[in-house]
Amino acid sequence: MLKFDHVSKVYKGGKRAVHDLNLEIAKGEFICIIGPSGCGKTTTMKMINRLIEPTEGAISINGVDIMKSDPVTLRREIGYVIQQIGLFPHMTIQENISLVLKLLKVPENKRRARARELLSLVDMTPDYLELYPHELSGGQQQRIGVLRALAADQPLILMDEPFGALDPITRESLQEEFKKLQRKLEKTIVFVTHDMDEALKLADRIVIMKDGQIVQCDTPDEILRNPANEFVEEFIGKDRLVQARPNIQTVEQIMSPNPITITGDRSLSEAIQLMKQHRVDSLLVVDEMKILQGVIDVEIIDQKRKKASLVRDVVEAEVFTVDKETLVRDTVRKILKMGMKYVPVVDDKHRLVGIVTRASLVDIVYDSIWGVDELTKIG
Amino acid sequence: METISSILYYYSQNAAYVWVEFYRHFLMSAYGVLFAAIVAIPVGIFIARYNKLSTWVISLANIIQTIPALAMLAVLMLVMGLGTNTVVFSLFLYSLLPIIKNTYTGIRNVDHALLESGKAMGMTKFQVLWMVELPLAMSVIMAGLRTALVITIGIATIGTFIGAGGLGDIILRGTNVTDGTPIILAGAIPTALMAVIADVVMGWLERNLSPIKKRKGSLKKNIAERAA
Repeated sequence: MLKFDHVSKVYKGGKRAVHDLNLEIAKGEFICIIGPSGCGKTTTMKMINRLIEPTEGAISINGVDIMKSDPVTLRREIGYVIQQIGLFPHMTIQENISLVLKLLKVPENKRRARARELLSLVDMTPDYLELYPHELSGGQQQRIGVLRALAADQPLILMDEPFGALDPITRESLQEEFKKLQRKLEKTIVFVTHDMDEALKLADRIVIMKDGQIVQCDTPDEILRNPANEFVEEFIGKDRLVQARPNIQTVEQIMSPNPITITGDRSLSEAIQLMKQHRVDSLLVVDEMKILQGVIDVEIIDQKRKKASLVRDVVEAEVFTVDKETLVRDTVRKILKMGMKYVPVVDDKHRLVGIVTRASLVDIVYDSIWGVDELTKIG
Repeated sequence: METISSILYYYSQNAAYVWVEFYRHFLMSAYGVLFAAIVAIPVGIFIARYNKLSTWVISLANIIQTIPALAMLAVLMLVMGLGTNTVVFSLFLYSLLPIIKNTYTGIRNVDHALLESGKAMGMTKFQVLWMVELPLAMSVIMAGLRTALVITIGIATIGTFIGAGGLGDIILRGTNVTDGTPIILAGAIPTALMAVIADVVMGWLERNLSPIKKRKGSLKKNIAERAA
């Protein structure tokens, strides 16, 4: 749907930001453009909605050359999200979300309904409609920023490091939310970032740029397996290459299938005995259907053993879990980044099927350094 | 004490006259600022766009500001003759600088990210000005109008020398009679009062036009409602 044909951009003073760029993006594709600063990634993106005009070559959307259409009309058909969020402080959330609709002269009641509908996409209540941006947290503001780009149902959305200014935890949850949203709405997205983790997680295809040229353009898996050259390898980083071992794909393949569990109706003394027996410091709490209820650890038991007697009364219900279909490299990153000791693995019905511990990670790293072959020889 | 009772006596005898001059004084100042706003706000917007012109335009307005008020009136009188119009025109000139400067600063200080997102969302140049830049700069522009109005209320006092009337008339009468202190004060006090009131009212307007809406009560109420 979007096509770059030998596009170059030379700024005044002769600086060549983009050099002979060719790229074709299909409908519904999520493209991440990544590279070191000054590699021309933002210039490339801004050329699409003519915030910057190309010096040579042609960019076309659905076969129509963008230079032939009116820039204002063109921009109203393309969503745009920036790192600084850029919500207008003097407008309410409702007005901010529906601004493009207002420019397109959609009547007020329809704009209001649309804003409501969009807010529900990110699980925010309609109460927020009348608030002003400064009354929201950074994460909520950027959610609104994303919604604003979706308001007129634009098929193409440009994003310039949209999650760059958020704290790591908010960023993580927003990325996940956004990826789900994108799958649901089937938007074509051009996403500029300098964060490789983000690109690997979100993109269908990653475009790696250097000095205004494309170095490699491939799916995340392909880039991890076959980096085009040393630059790409260095850019991805050694640890990610290790994690991308092709024979280990989903979490299901590396988890330990029999985590120590307990049901909610047992007593705390039984729980502590079970821990002692298996030499672990926490237990996963499940019900009869093996659906994960939460977790208890020795600390909780120690604190609450005087007040409660049953496991169900002290269980910590907020547990971070991964789906068994998740790719290993995402899980590894989460475990390492968030400093978790273990992550329960669940299936689509939230039934506990296994656990990934730091010990499982040691296995992967061991495999990748000495290889599976040697292991089988020893075995 | 004697002075105060004399002032009150003066007011009781000349209430209608004082009111007429007060009103006249205010109108001269207000018209001066109004005409200046009509010219200076567009000029301010223009030089914010073409930044190179800003030094020239602002220096020119600065020079006007340095001319002593009496000299300015005298020179204008040579061209425009006696009367109210000359005073209004000189007040117009004195109002230009604060309004141009504040409009320029207000527009220039609008966050670049907001301009970019406005443009990228498909606003025309005029829409960016009307929907983003002006609302966000409005409180700064209002601050300029506030300064201008306070300055002109002061300067309008000397309009009396070229026969424009206003509260300056009363002060001048006071200086022309023996023991005129009460009469001078009877003219000076309303002038000062007018300046203070103008400042307070414009300050209130300025805060109300601030783009960041502070609404303590309703925000708390909102949160309480959500919690309930």
